[in-house]
Amino acid sequence: MNTSAIAVSGLRKAYGDKTVLDGIDLDVPAGTIFSLLGPNGAGKTTTVNVLTTLIKADAGTVHVAGHDVASSAKAVRAAIGVTGQFAAVDELLTGEENLQLMVDLSPLSAKDGKRVVADLLERFDLTESAQKPASTYSGGMRRKLDLAMTLVGNPRIIFLDEPTTGLDPRSRRTMWTIIRELVADGVTIFLTTQYLDEADQLADRIAVLDQGRLVAEGTPDELKRQIPGTHVRFRFSTVDELDTAARIFADSTRDDDALTLRVPSDAGTKSVRALLDRLDEYELSADEFSVQTPDLDDVFLALTGRTAEVVAK
Amino acid sequence: MKSKSMVMLRRNFKHIARNPTTVFNAVLMPVVVMLMFVYVFGDAFSVGVDYVDYATPGLLLLAVCYGLGSVAVSVNSDMTKGIINRFKVMDVPRSAVLTGHVIGNLARTLITTTVVTAVALLVGFRPHATATHWLVAAVIIAAFSLALAWLSAALGLAAKTIAGANGSTLPLQFLLPFLSSAFVPANSMPAGVHWFTAHQPFTPVVESLRALLTGAPVGSTAVQALAWSVAIGLAGYLWARAAFRRGTR
Repeated sequence: MNTSAIAVSGLRKAYGDKTVLDGIDLDVPAGTIFSLLGPNGAGKTTTVNVLTTLIKADAGTVHVAGHDVASSAKAVRAAIGVTGQFAAVDELLTGEENLQLMVDLSPLSAKDGKRVVADLLERFDLTESAQKPASTYSGGMRRKLDLAMTLVGNPRIIFLDEPTTGLDPRSRRTMWTIIRELVADGVTIFLTTQYLDEADQLADRIAVLDQGRLVAEGTPDELKRQIPGTHVRFRFSTVDELDTAARIFADSTRDDDALTLRVPSDAGTKSVRALLDRLDEYELSADEFSVQTPDLDDVFLALTGRTAEVVAK
Repeated sequence: MKSKSMVMLRRNFKHIARNPTTVFNAVLMPVVVMLMFVYVFGDAFSVGVDYVDYATPGLLLLAVCYGLGSVAVSVNSDMTKGIINRFKVMDVPRSAVLTGHVIGNLARTLITTTVVTAVALLVGFRPHATATHWLVAAVIIAAFSLALAWLSAALGLAAKTIAGANGSTLPLQFLLPFLSSAFVPANSMPAGVHWFTAHQPFTPVVESLRALLTGAPVGSTAVQALAWSVAIGLAGYLWARAAFRRGTR
């Protein structure tokens, strides 16, 4: 666990006068999941492209699997697998042919290749659709095929660039399960995502990327301590009511303009009922009531003082 | 390296087999034009010989040109849909990816020109060519097809979208074949057009094919056709290579 699968120091990249990465330092221990969290346009894909030898950095050093990406790109490529933001499958070929294409491009022997293709189809639940062209696949199936193609060469370090963006919740869960299984096999995963819950669910460590800089890094728990947790929000009709409620709930935060009160609470029925019971005790009633779980916007608000700007996709 | 090129080429052959409409379209258009010109308009053109004999080399050229849109489109979709990054990370040389498309297109061209020749024979084309003449004609078609395919690959790489990729090859498909001596002699055109027609590469290609297939003296046209093919092919190749390098975002 103490060897670095990925070590990045002082990474910079600019396109013209637009700085995309402004001095990034990262260290990912082998066998762990590292998540780079950030909104669109933060520089996530550029980071992945540099780490996977697709583009050259302007400054800084990057070592992947112990090799320098600038001087030993070939050795890096031999150790990694990449699943990009867009499912990179060949739509005219069938699922099986797509996997066979990857086998043909890898050093695998024909016999091993056959077995690998059959295993991957089975493992990703694609055997039934194996003979159909990938153009007929659903979004979730394409992602699975895409990831299966990445696994053909049995890479020890896998880069997943927003692997669940655009997937329905069920396909997302399936993808998460697959990712967990990969790590159980000792693979290192570098994952980018826009979803806080995804990073929270999967990652051993999370780094938050904002406009080309890392604004926070730590375990999910460390990070969550810096941001508002799950809370309940009440909206009242008068300042008096808000005053009274603020006195009842000592650790709450009030917003006088919106007449709202934010009370930390988990979203369980028990604690919510307790909160409502206390309001009843004081004969208070709120106009509006909602349970809020933190998302990327909250993280950015807490870490940078502003919400995540959504730059053009 | 070599075997990766073969894998890429096999992929492009599969694409053609999977998507036969690209072959069908490249055959359909020249055949429709052939039937129109031979049966409907042909008598209106006085070219000194049976019109089908005059037009068949031009129709072969059309068959070469109509496949070019799919070269640009398939190259562009490889670039824009992300599969190219997968190939790059797997150390597939860029020349292998592009060569796969260009050679794949050559295979398609050989199919379409063969079919167009067969239809021409059916509607009355009477060539006077020896086996050697046929062979030289095939070499010119193959060379010109390769040249235009490299140019189309570059156009496909330079285009931002798939629609743009197809659009940028339209002059090659619809303009230049008609502004050559493919269907009417250049000297029957207005002065300015005549000058352009006489000096653009499609004219020596079609003239050399016509001379070869009808048994007329070939003169320097075959050499000109091959020289143009080398020049266009080289320019297209160098442009494609540069555009491919820039394409990594």
